[in-house]
Amino acid sequence: MLDFALMAEAFPAILAGTGTTLKLVAGALLCGFFLAVPTALAADSRSRILRGTAAGYVLFFRGTPLLVQIFLIYYGLGQFEAVRASIFWPILREPWWCALLALSLNTGAYTGEIVRGGLQSVPAGQIEAARAAGMSGLLLYRRIIAPIALRQALPAYSNEVVSMIKATALASTITIMEITGIARTFISQTFKPIEIFLVAGAIYLVLNFFAAQLLRALERHLSPHRRPI
Amino acid sequence: MLAWGDAGWGDEMARGALVTLAVAICSFAISLIIGTGTAAAKLSGFLPARLAADAYIVLMRGIPDLLIIYLLFFGGSMALMSVASVFGHTGYLELPIFATGAIAIGIASGAYTGEVIRGAFEAVPKGQIEAARACGMSGFLLFRRIQAPLALRYALPGLGNAWQVTLKETALISVIGLVEIMRQAAIASGSTQQPFTFYFVAAIAYLGLTLLSNRGFAAAEAYATRGVRRA
Repeated sequence: MLDFALMAEAFPAILAGTGTTLKLVAGALLCGFFLAVPTALAADSRSRILRGTAAGYVLFFRGTPLLVQIFLIYYGLGQFEAVRASIFWPILREPWWCALLALSLNTGAYTGEIVRGGLQSVPAGQIEAARAAGMSGLLLYRRIIAPIALRQALPAYSNEVVSMIKATALASTITIMEITGIARTFISQTFKPIEIFLVAGAIYLVLNFFAAQLLRALERHLSPHRRPI
Repeated sequence: MLAWGDAGWGDEMARGALVTLAVAICSFAISLIIGTGTAAAKLSGFLPARLAADAYIVLMRGIPDLLIIYLLFFGGSMALMSVASVFGHTGYLELPIFATGAIAIGIASGAYTGEVIRGAFEAVPKGQIEAARACGMSGFLLFRRIQAPLALRYALPGLGNAWQVTLKETALISVIGLVEIMRQAAIASGSTQQPFTFYFVAAIAYLGLTLLSNRGFAAAEAYATRGVRRA
């Protein structure tokens, strides 16, 4: 039988990890987005060096497991004397910043591809029309390209947000006490894996549900032309 | 450092990569079986089966794979111990990690594979099925001659993606102690104090496996679409 008393006890404790999970998700998505836009622009640029750099970045971070990336940064970087002597060392030896860095670089690569897809989906006619109306450079991007690209990219980005929420579970492997980390501790203390799994799993499901709803609302807001009259 | 034999870790890392490949193939096979079942359930007219498949997909999409591995490994080991205690065994027992890991990753990625397979079956044009019926095919013959080959063609690109995701997810099995490439890299870094070197080798191994299997899937796609006319 399920131990409901334990579940009631574990729920607030595991829920307390939600803040850490959400901070990781929000931080990684924000930093990832700022990586993604230059990556997408570089991937379509005329410079071969920029294209190559973007392609290499995307290939490495999409082609290897997130766990390797986290371990490379957290355990790996300390191998180099230059890193340990640098001003970044106080940051790079903290598991929190390493997890955030790895998650950001990872989602940056995936989001870069999503942004690139969005930019490519902007019809050439729209851009030509905007140019004919006298827009160019940043104005063209701000008024025409960015809004259309954002709208096109949003469904794929929703998937990326959900997978980021799931991916933060890996931060627990480098001692960060987010939802999965706390759940793992509870499992080894109580030897009741099923109860703890149900509690932690339910919290993740609720988080993902709200994230999906939020993004769907945003999608509807950005697509007034698809709304029924 | 990466020398073969007792002097270095080259052969150990290579063996780790092989274990990764083996566990990934087993996980993917399990995920294909579960995915086919899920797709069949979702395409069936039986409402409870459809609902169960939907629930499974929602759960697997929302819950981290790491939690599923913990549930299967620790939950399964607890169950095994309680069964063993009935027979008078009181010591610590745990499930075989290779099989448990492969099953956990297979279950986690089965939802994704299932959606790929369902999409492929839905993409088979109605006209093809009608034509086959007009020729007198029905039931399993129709499935074997018309639906399955066409669906396989449509499913290949999606299955290629699913395979890549599964391959990368197997890294998580290292947390329960399977000595695949990640665990081997951890062991080697522990004794050499060179973690970056070994995790980087592991990363390159994953990249190599991914790029190689991309080629395999591209060849399979070329074969499956050999009869398709191109403009």
